[in-house]
Order: sequence, then structure tokens, then C-alpha cells
Amino acid sequence: MALRKVKGNLERMFDKNLTDLVRGIRNNKETESKYISQCMEEIKTELRQDNLAVKANAVAKLTYLQMLGYDISWAGFNIIEVMSSPKFTYKRIGYLSASQCFHQDTEVLMLTTNMIRKDLNSHNMYDSGTALTGLACFISGDLARDLANDVMTLLTSTKPYLRKKAVLLLYKVFLKFPEALRPAFPRLKEKLEDPDPGVQSAAVNVICELARKNPKNYLSLAPVFFKLMTSSTNNWMLIKIIKLFGALTPLEPRLGKKLIEPLTNLIHSTSAMSLLYECINTVIAVLISISSGMPNHNASIQLCVQKLRILIEDSDQNLKYLGLLAMSKILKTHPKSVQAHKDLVLQCLDDKDESIRLRALDLLYGMVTKKTVMEIVRRLMTHMDRAEGTMYRDELLQKIILICSQNNFQYITNFEWYVSVLVELCRMEGTQHGGLIASQLMDVAIRVVAVREFTVGQMALLLDNAHVIVGPAAARSSIAEVLYAAAWICGEFSQLLANPKATLESMVRGKVVSLPGHIQAIYVHNMLKLYAHIIATAEEEDDSEMIEEVTNLLLERLPVFVSSGDLEVQERASCIVHIVTYVQKCHKHGDKVGADLALLMTGELNPVAPKAQKKVPLPDGLDLDAWINDPPSESEEEEDDALEKEIFVKADSSYKHRKEKYEPSEEELQKLRDARRAEQASNPYYVKSSALSSPRPNHNSIQVDEIPVTAIDLNVSLKIPGMTSLDKYQVVDGWQDGGKKRHKKQKKRSKRKGQVSSSSEEEINRMHVVNTDIGEMPEGAHLSDDYEIDDRPEDDPHRALDINLDEPLSPNEVLPTRTHYEAHAQRKIESNNEAKLIPSEIPLKMKTRNKKERKEKKEKTKKVKKEEKKVKKKPSRDANLILDLIDPLKETVISDKVPVAANHINGIADAKNKEKSKSKKTKTKKEKKAKKEKDRDKPEKKLKKNEKEIDTLSRNRDEYEETNGTVTQEVEEKLAVPEPQPYSRLLAEDSHIRIVYSTAAMDGVMSEILVCIKFISQSSKPISKLQLILPDSSALKMIRTPGKLVFETGYRLFPPKEMGMAVFQRKQRQPDPQSELVNLPWSLDPGESKETQLSFTAEDVTIPHKLRGSLSYIQDGSSSSSDISLRLEFPVTTFLSGKTASRATFTDLLSSGQLSARSSFTLPNCPWSFPEVLEELTLGGSLAVVECVDQTASLYGRSLHGHHVCLLVKYQASHHLTIDGKSTEGILLSNALDHLKTTLMQKQ
Amino acid sequence: MQFMLLFSRQGKLRLQKWYEAHPDKVKKKITRELISTILARKPKMSSFLEWKDLKIVYKRYASLYFCCAIEQQDNELLTLEVIHRYVELLDKYFGSVCELDIIFNFEKAYFMLDELMVGGEVCETSKKNVLKAIAAQDLLQEVSYGDTAYEL
Repeated sequence: MALRKVKGNLERMFDKNLTDLVRGIRNNKETESKYISQCMEEIKTELRQDNLAVKANAVAKLTYLQMLGYDISWAGFNIIEVMSSPKFTYKRIGYLSASQCFHQDTEVLMLTTNMIRKDLNSHNMYDSGTALTGLACFISGDLARDLANDVMTLLTSTKPYLRKKAVLLLYKVFLKFPEALRPAFPRLKEKLEDPDPGVQSAAVNVICELARKNPKNYLSLAPVFFKLMTSSTNNWMLIKIIKLFGALTPLEPRLGKKLIEPLTNLIHSTSAMSLLYECINTVIAVLISISSGMPNHNASIQLCVQKLRILIEDSDQNLKYLGLLAMSKILKTHPKSVQAHKDLVLQCLDDKDESIRLRALDLLYGMVTKKTVMEIVRRLMTHMDRAEGTMYRDELLQKIILICSQNNFQYITNFEWYVSVLVELCRMEGTQHGGLIASQLMDVAIRVVAVREFTVGQMALLLDNAHVIVGPAAARSSIAEVLYAAAWICGEFSQLLANPKATLESMVRGKVVSLPGHIQAIYVHNMLKLYAHIIATAEEEDDSEMIEEVTNLLLERLPVFVSSGDLEVQERASCIVHIVTYVQKCHKHGDKVGADLALLMTGELNPVAPKAQKKVPLPDGLDLDAWINDPPSESEEEEDDALEKEIFVKADSSYKHRKEKYEPSEEELQKLRDARRAEQASNPYYVKSSALSSPRPNHNSIQVDEIPVTAIDLNVSLKIPGMTSLDKYQVVDGWQDGGKKRHKKQKKRSKRKGQVSSSSEEEINRMHVVNTDIGEMPEGAHLSDDYEIDDRPEDDPHRALDINLDEPLSPNEVLPTRTHYEAHAQRKIESNNEAKLIPSEIPLKMKTRNKKERKEKKEKTKKVKKEEKKVKKKPSRDANLILDLIDPLKETVISDKVPVAANHINGIADAKNKEKSKSKKTKTKKEKKAKKEKDRDKPEKKLKKNEKEIDTLSRNRDEYEETNGTVTQEVEEKLAVPEPQPYSRLLAEDSHIRIVYSTAAMDGVMSEILVCIKFISQSSKPISKLQLILPDSSALKMIRTPGKLVFETGYRLFPPKEMGMAVFQRKQRQPDPQSELVNLPWSLDPGESKETQLSFTAEDVTIPHKLRGSLSYIQDGSSSSSDISLRLEFPVTTFLSGKTASRATFTDLLSSGQLSARSSFTLPNCPWSFPEVLEELTLGGSLAVVECVDQTASLYGRSLHGHHVCLLVKYQASHHLTIDGKSTEGILLSNALDHLKTTLMQKQ
Repeated sequence: MQFMLLFSRQGKLRLQKWYEAHPDKVKKKITRELISTILARKPKMSSFLEWKDLKIVYKRYASLYFCCAIEQQDNELLTLEVIHRYVELLDKYFGSVCELDIIFNFEKAYFMLDELMVGGEVCETSKKNVLKAIAAQDLLQEVSYGDTAYEL
């Protein structure tokens, strides 16, 4: 052993430490990966050693490597080993490593629960602190559930350092385990008034984070925060509070009104920019929430805007950026006040920082009005010419289009100008927004009838100059899309073309074949449209020359497309070739086919509402899965779909569709159509298009002429094709100005009579009307927003935290506590396996996990004992595997300085055997004892059964299972395991009622003693009007704060030993605080038992106390009340609690020399077995087993006033029991030992 | 705060702290993206950028970039303040800190950060208190080192 150690240390000297590693990596820059893989090997060897120092060093190195991007997840076990080290140095490294590489799904995390719990409860504040910070990084749902209670306990720690961290960790706990929120919230709220400002601030932080996500549940806290806000000077906290208010105000405008004043004061007074910024943001939020009716409304807006202007003018880029950001928020509700600062925003467009420029752009988007749109767009376009970087220019282009097209072109008064802008934008090289421009062009051409002719003219020009647009740079951009729009517009509105033949020529000419397929297809198809138009006009004018010319032109050029690689192009082209040939043939015969040809193309496009497709109702009797046997109705159905699916861009393909579908049984279709139209007419929800057209070519051929072309007559000169320059539109008034043309021609414009739009509220008249109908909708559908959904993703943890916090807690809302029995059971296990502390937990946990898969995830520790037995009975392959896995863990503990480790040094098999025999032994004993108890408690048992039946529901699951177990077949086994008997003493008994009580020190919670009194009816009649009279003694006082005094717990069987968090429902009737009377608000039915809990404080916890009192009650039927006198005894052990016991602190304590007082006693002839003695000490004496080896155990307890008591219990084979005690307080120790001695003697 | 990264001008990661769980792959991807985005920014630019649904706040101190990711509603200036506070702490602790200090004592840098922030929220705003806590823990560590020596 010693040799091994020395060897380990020797090796250690040659190990690299972290610094060596870092240095090595820096020195091996070229061969870094090789060097690191070599280091990894070394680390792996180091991890196999027993020496914890070596391991910690290895883990530290791993953590460094992890940062460099190497995977270290394989070392999870080793990290846990290091974490579990009692030495702070190693623990710190372990936790650091864990927080860096563990995450909530890390498998090994489930092994850490108890270790972390131990660290949390450690005496060393920094142990707990390290555990808290680590946990914040890797907490999982299971850990959150299991440790919530321990974190809660730390909230009441005496050290602000821990309270603070615990508060912050709570937030993470809530995220992972939302059920904890309600029971924990009252305590969290208390922390808002913590004496330590850091804790207070942490609580504000947490509540602020919670409230931001689910504000409505935190409205009731507004007054508290308001007070904090007006009183605090801590800027960190103020910011959070103000942010919180920002989240609350949208829900409660009244709060906003109240906030304005203090906030404006802060804005005036503070010099901290971060606070100023937060205030402004919240003021904005307030102003948004208050719709109207604020007198100071404008003043505060002005103040904000002024302050923001200062920020924007600041030389600090950060402030500028934030100023613009906040400005854009104001813009949404108060555009006017922002618009005054247009100059500033435009200035920002020239800023060096792109993000600032983009922010400014965002602002501009909202600042546009009818008056300013032209100027702003002009500035943007000149800016775009200068701007560098395609990305940014693309952004600019997109913004320009967004600015213009927002709200259905709300701000555009002159669409000719807009079309010119769009055409101008086509010149931008390398843009990715060709599609956007194209759709805008088509949108305007279709919806703004008045400028259609102008648009068509411009498009013809675009087609003519296609080679300019699609330059060499076009390959990387999508600008060619513009040609798609141009070709389509020219084809669709060919009747508006000044010179259709020229346009047709420019379409067939040149590099069309080099364009993308879908654009070629559009070209080809629109050639046909143009052709049809030309033929029709030519036939009317008898211009056979023209006919021949265009026909030949097409027949000459189309074959190029027929051989195209693109299927669509090829198909269309070959179809058209045949049509043209056919037309040619007809003309040879002298037939006029122009009108018929034109029929193929006619039809009016109606806008379709954006939601139309979604709203198409499923017709009655339509089964989408079944075959549809009626072809005509099918085609009708499909056609509708096709129409509604496609908005403008692909509209022409539906044309094609239509053409093909056209043939089948016209009359039948007509009938259906008429019926549908009649229905539409009578349907108030159906949006009727203004043109009242049906999509049928033959029906609206007449109506085509009625399309409001009226506006066009305003400007004759428009018919002259030529690209217009934007400049001419800059002269806002008059509109009579000879604008320069980019292409040679000068153009005179006559005075325009603006077409007055009915909605023009501003002085500028709109010149063109946009078709802003919502578009066609399926019959009976509304254009409503009935799609309100929580936009948070399903897995957003905050969704689960949307919990009402104002409702009172119900009894089953408890943090999962380690209940009385569990704690006991665990201690038992610990005592059995102390030397291999962690290994023992692993198989259990593994097993429980298997169980978990089958059953619901619930606290299972209760079953641990049983599980353990199973593992032992059939050491399956599973278990062996697990043992292999944990082997390294076991070694750690051995190398650790456990005084008793020698017993177990031979390995786990040894320990296992021992355990087996031991547990058998204890089992038989237990059985005996259980039987005894059974006999004694027979009446009680019966009662219990009744209780069970009465309200199994109200009890938590564990208890339920537990009690159930006594009935089921598992009885024997259950009884073999010590039942979680409360250590209750008889208080008083008469023929009608039996009263037992138990005590528990509520350490760390409120430093008080909780007395649980249980009333068990033994009478055949109901007992009512129970009244306790318990006068305070000089040293012992009942706590009489309302709400705390008496808790009614209904049917709880066992008093909460560890921490009775919020288990109790508050009683409705509060007793008079001054009186010594406690009225119990319920009555006892026959066979029933109920509990009440009282809290006491003691001035001196080193001496035993007694309290005399009496109970009076009335038995139904009898007129007089009966009295029983009571005597509550509080031996000193009552004031002890072993909750914070851990081996590390225990050894620390013993070695620290603090424990000056010593005392001991011996029982030479103890009839009880060792486990029974331990049980007595832990249950009756409220002590905790720290360590237990064979027949020796050390126990620990801490008094409410912080005295430590340590006991060493030795039990020799000849029933010789020795208990040695050490304590910081002599009187306490001697009293405690006296008490234990008497109880152990009594048992004799 | 979602995470904090420290990296050098050469793009080497010096420290990373994640307050939101991500798989390692995602972490690496985010880190790589952010480092290249931030290094590409010019010195005259603001310290904020929008990145996916997060806001990135970064600041350069000598050769090191400190970079934090916060949520949309969080206060950027406050985050800058946190970064600055952290730098001041490092400076106080190491005595005019340089990149090498952080490379060779990276665990100390982490411990310091853990005192300043817990779970992504500011925990202690007083520099004095943080340094005090760190000093106490260092002392504790030395004591245990003493034990180890004794053990030999």
C-alpha cells in the first residue's frame, strides 16, 4: 500500500502539469494535433492512477483541451471522481470541468445527485458556492427536481454569499423543473426584502427574468417593485426593475401612468447611460400601452426623443446605434416626433459602421410620408451609387422597395415615378433582388391601371435594351428576372404597346437563349400573345404585309427554342410553331383567324387574397381520399385551386392550364359556373372584384374594354416610349415640367389632373389608384386573423413557467423532499456501504433507471432498499457490467483517507458478501421487531387503514405506495424493512382519545421546533370542539404569528422530518395570538385521526424543557366537556438536527479542536442490536449517521443555535455499547447523553 | 446572458462559458461563426450586432475580444458594463492582466467569472467582494495543498 503510494508520487513528479501542457502546445505550433494526441494518451494513463491529485491534474488539463475543441466527454466518470473529492482544490477543478463539458443530457449526471447535495449542504461555504455555480451550468431536469429543496434551504443560509447564488440558481431550477415555481415563489419573494443588497438584487434578477417571459403572473408584485425602484440607488438593480416594468405595463396601463413620473425623473437625473437607455425603453413601452388621455404624453415623448438625439449625435458608435434602435421603437407609435429628426437619420446613412447605416435605414422605412417619399428615395438612390459592397447595396435596394411598397403603396402618389425608380434599380449591378423588382413591376402594372400604359412602354424599352441589363455580371445576380416581368407585361397588355412589332422583334432577337429557362418560357409564350395581337390588328387593317412579316419572323426564330434543353421552353415553342403555321395556312386560304387567336389570350387577372388558399372550405361531400368519378366536377375543383394557388407571378401558367381544361362539355361547366356565381352574389362575405369578371375568356371579352382605362387619357405623351428619368418627379408641384430623358428624346408633359382618391387625407393627392381590394376569397371565408398562436417554440422552457403565482398553494404542491423515511433508508445504506460511498449508489441508480423506464418518473429512493436486495439476489450481468464501470470510482475512495477503508480494500466482492450476510441478519431482527410493533400498534394500524381509504388522493404518491404496500402481497418484505415509524411519543390518552406527538427541529428554516400532535379518536362518537391550552413557559414559547401558528395537515401520517416546506395548508381560523388557547377547527369522527402542528422557539437549547397544558373536548351527545392534562417534553435532542452532516465537515470538526467538551457512557448489557441502536439515535435523537463501519458509527447533530454534537458509537459482540461524545457545548452534550442513556435503558 | 467567449485577435479561443446547453458541435459552430464575424468588423464599428435571434455585445481589450450573447430584450450597455467589470477584476487579480495570464491561469479566470455571474445573471457587482471570495478560496486551496504535502 505504502509502496504504491510512493510509486504514485514518484510518477507524479514526471507528469505534466497544466502550465507544461499550455507551454508545450505553444511550443509545438506546427505539430499541435500530434502533440495533443500524445498528451491525451498521457492523461488517460494518469486517470487510471489512484492518486487523486494526479487525476485532478489530468482533469484540469482536459478542461483546457476541451476549450481547444477536443472531445472530453469520455472522461465524465473521472470528472465526477474529482468533483467528489473532499479537498477543495480538486473539487473546484472537478466542478469547473463539469460545468464546461457537462450539459443537461450528460448521462453520468444522474450519479452526481447525492454528491452535489452533500456539497450544497457542506459546512464550507465555498464548497456550496462551487456546487451552486457548477449546477447553474449543467443542471438537468432530474437534478433540479431532486435538489430543489436543498437549494431552497440555502436561501435561508446565514451567508449572503450562498443566499445570493442560491437565488440565482433557482431560476435555472424553475426552467428545468417548473413544478418548483409555485411552492418556491413565496420564499423567493421574501428575498426581495433581504437585508443584503446583493441577495435582493439577485432576487430582482430572477423575478425579472421570469416576469419577462410570462408577465401576467407577476402583476401583483408591481407595488413591491415600485417601492424598490423609488428607494434603491443600485443601478444594476434599477435597470432590472425598470426592465421588469417594461414587461408589465402592456398588461396594466394604469401602472404605466404611475411610472411615467419617476422614470422621467430618472431620465433627467441619471448619468449612467445604461440606466438612461433602459428608462427610455420602458417609457416607450409605457407610452405604447397607453393609447391616449395622458396630459404629459407629448412632453415625455419629446424628452425621450431629445435624449435619443443626444445619444445619436454622440461620437460613441454604441450610443449612436442604440439611439437609432430606440428611435425606431418610438416611430411605431409616434412617427411625427421622429420625423422631425430626419436630417439626423439621413446623416447616419453616411456613417462608417454598416450596422448603424442599416439601423438608419430601418428608421427611414417608418419615417416616410407622402411628402417625403420622393426625397428619401432619391437620397437612398444616390447613396446606393456611392455605397460599396453588394451586400449593403442589396439591402438598400430592398429597403427602397419596401419603403415604397409598404401598406399597399400607401405613400406613393405618383406611380409613374415609382415605375421609373424600379427601372432605374434594374441598372444596379449584381443584385440578388431581381425577383423582387420583377414582382413589383408586375404588381404595379396589374393593379395600377392608370399607369399601365406607361409601364408597358417602359417594359418594351427594357426588352429592347435587354443586353444592357443582362451584362457580363448577370451570371451572379438575379437581375434577369426583370426581363421575365417585362416580357410578361408586354405580352399581357400588348394592346397598349406603341409598336408591338418592334417589341416582338426585340424579344426574338439576340441573346434570349442565354437566359434562364423559366424566363425563356415566358418569352416564348408572350411572343404568341404579341403575335395574336398583331395579327388581330393587322387583319382589321387588312395589312397582309405585316402579317406575313411577323409570321415569318416567328417561324424563323422559334425553331431555336424548339430545340431548347428546357422542357417548358421546348414544349411551348413547338406548340406555338404549330399554331403559327396553322395561322399561316389559314391566311393562305384567306381566312381571318386573328379574333379567334386573340381569344386564346384574353382574360382579366384578379388579385387573390393572401389567405385565400387556406380559406378554401372543403366542399360538402368531398372526400379527398376517395376517387372522384365525376370528371367535370373534378376539373372545376382543380381549376379553382390552380387559380388560387398562384398569385401574379405564375398567373400565366394558369392561363395555359385554363386553355387546356377548356374543352370538356362546355354546357355543363357553364351551368356549374352560373350556380356558383349566383351563390357568390348572394353571399355577403364574398369579395366581388370590381371588374366583375369571370375568368372565362368568352365571357369577359366585352368587359375587357370596360376596364377603367379612363385615367390614361390624361396624358397623351405617355405613349411615347422611352425611359424616364427620375429627376422630373422631384418638382412636386404642378407636374408640368419637361423632364430630361436618358434616351435621346425630350418629352413635354401637359398638366396632369391628379385623380383624386377618396382616401387622401393629406394634401397631396394620389395620382393613381391602386387596386387594394383584399382580393378574391373563397366563398364564405373571412379575412380574419384567427391564427393566434403562442409564437414560442414548443420546447421553450418558459412556456411551462406560465403559472399563476397568486393562487394559494394547495397541499399537494410541495417541493419533492427527502422525506423522513427516505432519509432514514439512505442513511442505512450509507452506513452499510460507507467505504464505497459512490459505488453503492451506482447500481441502485442504474436499477432505478430501468424501473423508471417502465414506470413513471417519480421519486424512487424509497424503493432503494428493495432494489438493493434484488441486485444482490441475482447479480445479473447488468450489475456486473455496472460494477466494472464503477471500478475506478471505487479506487478513489480507497486511496482516500477513510480510516476504515482497510476493511474493504479487497474489493467490492468482499463488501458485497458482507452486506449480504449483514442484511440478512438485520432482516430477521427487523421482522421480529416489526411484529412486535404490529401487535402494539394494532388499534393504530386499523385507523391508518381507514385514513387510507378516506383520502388516498390527497396524499403524495410516495406515501400512497408505501401504505398500499402493507395491504398487498409484499407485506412480509415491506415489514422486514423498517417501517417509517414516526418517532412519536404518547402525550395523553383516555377512553375517547389518544394523543401522540413528535418533534422536529426545523434547522435552517426558521430555527424553531415543529411539534406535530396527532389526535386519534378511540370513541364511537364524533369528538368536537377540541381546544388545546398550552401556556408558554419561561424558556419555551409558542410562535404565534398568524398563519404560522397552526397548520392543519389533514391526514398526513408522518411529520415532516427534514423540512416541511409548504406542506401545510393554512388554517382558516387563526387563534388569538395573545391567548394560550389553540382552537382546533375540526372535529374527529370515530376512528379518524388528525394532526396539528405547532411551532416553538426555545431560548436555551442546551437543557431539556417541559410544557404543561391540557386538552378539552366535547364528545357528541354528552353535554359537558372532558379535559386531559398534557405534558409536552422537549429533551435536548429535540433541538438537534443532523441534516447538514457530511463526512468532510465531520472530520474537519473533529480535527479543528472546537469540540472541547467530552462525555461518554457505557451500557454493558444492551439488548438491542446495533442497527436498532442506530435507529433509536437517528429517529429519537435526531442525529445523522456520518459514517458507519461494521459495528461502529459516528453520528452528528447540530443544535438550533449552532452547537455541534459528535458521537462515536461502538458496539461489541457481547452487547457492550459505548457512546463517546464531543461537543462545543458541555451542558448540551451531557444532557443529550443522559437522555439517550435513559431512552436506551428504558427500552430494556 | 447566453454565453461568453474570449478570443484573441488571431481567432484563438481563450475562454468560453455557456449558460445555455448546446451540443458540442453547435458550440463549435457558433464560436467559429462569431469569431470570424467579429474579427471582420472594423475598429470604428459599434460593439453590437444582431446575430440570429440574439444580440452580440463584444469589446476588445488589447489583443483579446470579450464577446457576450444576450437576448433581444437585454440591455446592451449593461452587458458592456459586465464585460468591463470582468476585465477590471482580472486586471486587479493578475495585476495588469495580459493574454498570457489568462492562457496559463485559465481556471482562475473561470473562477473569477463564476463569482461575477451565476447562470448568466450578474451575481456580485462589488469588485471588492469578488476578489475577497476568490482570495478566500485560493487560501483554502493552499491549505489543502499543504495537506497534500503532508500526505507525501
